[in-house]
Amino acid sequence: MLARDYTTSQLDVLEAEAIHIMREVAAEFERPCLLFSGGKDSIVMLRIAEKAFWPAPIPFPLMHVDTGHNFPEVIEFRDRRAAELGARLVVASVQASIDAGRVVEETGRRASRNRLQTTTLLDAIEEHEFDAVFGGARRDEEKARAKERVFSFRDDFGQWDPKNQRPELWNLYNARIRKGEHIRVFPLSNWTELDIWDYIRREDIEIPSIYFSHTRTVFERDGMLLADSEVVNRGEDEPTFEAVVRYRTVGDMTCTGAVQSAAGTVEQIIAEIAATRITERGATRADDRASEAAMEDRKKEGYF
Amino acid sequence: MDILRFATAGSVDDGKSTLIGRLLFDSKAIFEDQLEAVERTSRDRGTEYTDLSLLTDGLRAEREQGITIDVAYRYFATPKRKFIIADTPGHIQYTRNMVTGASTADLAIVLIDARKGVVEQSRRHAFLTTLLRVPHLVLAVNKMDLVDYSRDRFEEIREEFTAFAAKLNVGDLTFIPISALHGDNVVSRSENMPWYQGTSLLHHLENLHIASDRNLVDVRFPVQYVIRPQRANDHDFHDYRGYAGQVAGGVLKPGDEVMHLPSGLTTRVAAIDTFDGPRDEAFAPMSVTLRLEDDIDISRGDMICRPNNRPQVAQDIQAMVCWMSDGLKLAPRSKLVIKHTTRTARALVRDLHYRLDVNTLHRDESATSLGLNEIGRVSLRVTQPLFVDDYARNRLTGGFILIDETTNGTVGAGMIVDAR
Repeated sequence: MLARDYTTSQLDVLEAEAIHIMREVAAEFERPCLLFSGGKDSIVMLRIAEKAFWPAPIPFPLMHVDTGHNFPEVIEFRDRRAAELGARLVVASVQASIDAGRVVEETGRRASRNRLQTTTLLDAIEEHEFDAVFGGARRDEEKARAKERVFSFRDDFGQWDPKNQRPELWNLYNARIRKGEHIRVFPLSNWTELDIWDYIRREDIEIPSIYFSHTRTVFERDGMLLADSEVVNRGEDEPTFEAVVRYRTVGDMTCTGAVQSAAGTVEQIIAEIAATRITERGATRADDRASEAAMEDRKKEGYF
Repeated sequence: MDILRFATAGSVDDGKSTLIGRLLFDSKAIFEDQLEAVERTSRDRGTEYTDLSLLTDGLRAEREQGITIDVAYRYFATPKRKFIIADTPGHIQYTRNMVTGASTADLAIVLIDARKGVVEQSRRHAFLTTLLRVPHLVLAVNKMDLVDYSRDRFEEIREEFTAFAAKLNVGDLTFIPISALHGDNVVSRSENMPWYQGTSLLHHLENLHIASDRNLVDVRFPVQYVIRPQRANDHDFHDYRGYAGQVAGGVLKPGDEVMHLPSGLTTRVAAIDTFDGPRDEAFAPMSVTLRLEDDIDISRGDMICRPNNRPQVAQDIQAMVCWMSDGLKLAPRSKLVIKHTTRTARALVRDLHYRLDVNTLHRDESATSLGLNEIGRVSLRVTQPLFVDDYARNRLTGGFILIDETTNGTVGAGMIVDAR
């Protein structure tokens, strides 16, 4: 008789690890929440949460930090998905933070609400007394993230101290905090962009339409294609044109670029990504181009 | 496709960054924008070559000081396998990082400079690898180009290291002569070393059998979370009671007789549930939900095992501890929080038997405390029983972390020894 082979596929290993992390949070924290933007990583995270607690409902609310500059297709998807799951959705509004005078809107051509989100996020965490916040960040995205823990400690001010992180060994996570502090939890830390897409294909998960190829009016800035929209400050020297594009990441319309692509199915997207030579953030995120340490600086302040 | 997790230890001088850079580059895991950023930074600093270590030094403080201070995780894949690299700095002051990176590794690569041979640092890395029970060790003898690809030099190093390794508990040891700079024996076999009959490093990483490294014999299921839907309008699951967790050892099947600890009561597995439907077996590292035939009072921190194969139920624990706090010291009478599987309790340090010199393996029995990055053998008294195995038998039921109650920091990592 042949010996039984106990090899486990990479997606099964990653899924089991993420489920373990979610259950650990549900067991050890009083008020967790899951950041759900309608982007592909948070969609995968939500599916993992469904699996972790089935047949019980997901035992924590979802939260979205809404800049007011999001793609309408994504907001529609967000609301529909939350309703299907019967989940409570907390929407923290950047516009409300601006109206309350907590933050000041940027001006000029490159005005973006990207950085303002941090204040809105931290205010919402404090208001709802969330002690654990699930994020969909992956270590392969960006080099500051490559060194972040799965359980990432945040102090009273929501700040991350990269030089003073808790060691993480085996599958043991330290969940101890004082009141006012919280932990950002990244169950997809060890996933790559390709793993996310392979999983979306395997699980046949619905994603917003803007991930697939479509025709859109865009203009070019810094080698990126930005959508022509009333929330984006386009200069007279930035002419618009029609292009066949799709989005590799979903963020704010002001700083998320489209890529030219004819990929209309998940299979075609996977083929495209397998052949691509540029990282997803490098290709499509103006917010990371500010400086060599743009992400590290924002993360220290409390960004996602 | 499965996953292989490996740890690399060494300093920039050993060519570790060059080796990782080559593996990432040759497997197309480095993207153009990342390479451009590194080239730009290298140029700005006046470096003449593209410094691939900049790819792994992620934090500003590290770039400013030109050192790596933390574990960096890197990802690449070939058509055969996905790889997760835990890249850890090699210097003695970063022992804590190497221990962290090795804790989940299937394999460790220790780099040796062919010109220098086996040095103190190589012995330390090999020792930590065996202390953390990394099942496979590769000794990569690098910079072979600088010793004229000499077979004699390689054999000399192999003999010296083999003699040292006899003192350690090395599972599987492989020697590969390489030149990371020129790519010899990294991805493909080198024509410069026709005397070498083995495989290239990447071939070794791709084809190593690791599925049976997990413990598939001793059933261990630490209960993590109790699932009780209790939805008023949901009659299907009204009486549902499932025990969720990640299998830490053995193979579980429906119908199996199992024992609950601490009660000692026995029952049978009624079903192994998942969102995707029932399963006919579960083994590590699967996350599943067990339903049992009898109603037993079970909560988080309990253990499910087989009646004739149980972990030790212990309140007194012997362990090797790596201390990770730069403020606090470990000493007899220290009171700490211990987290072992899904159980958390308080622990008192009863005795420090010796401190181990990680370079010479000398046991200093006169030691009275452990400081940052020091390793020693301790006895602990725990406030409630833990369900433990020797770390050598199962890394998941033999490992624990220690937490300081005043700062909530993770201050130690322990590996249980001398459990029955």
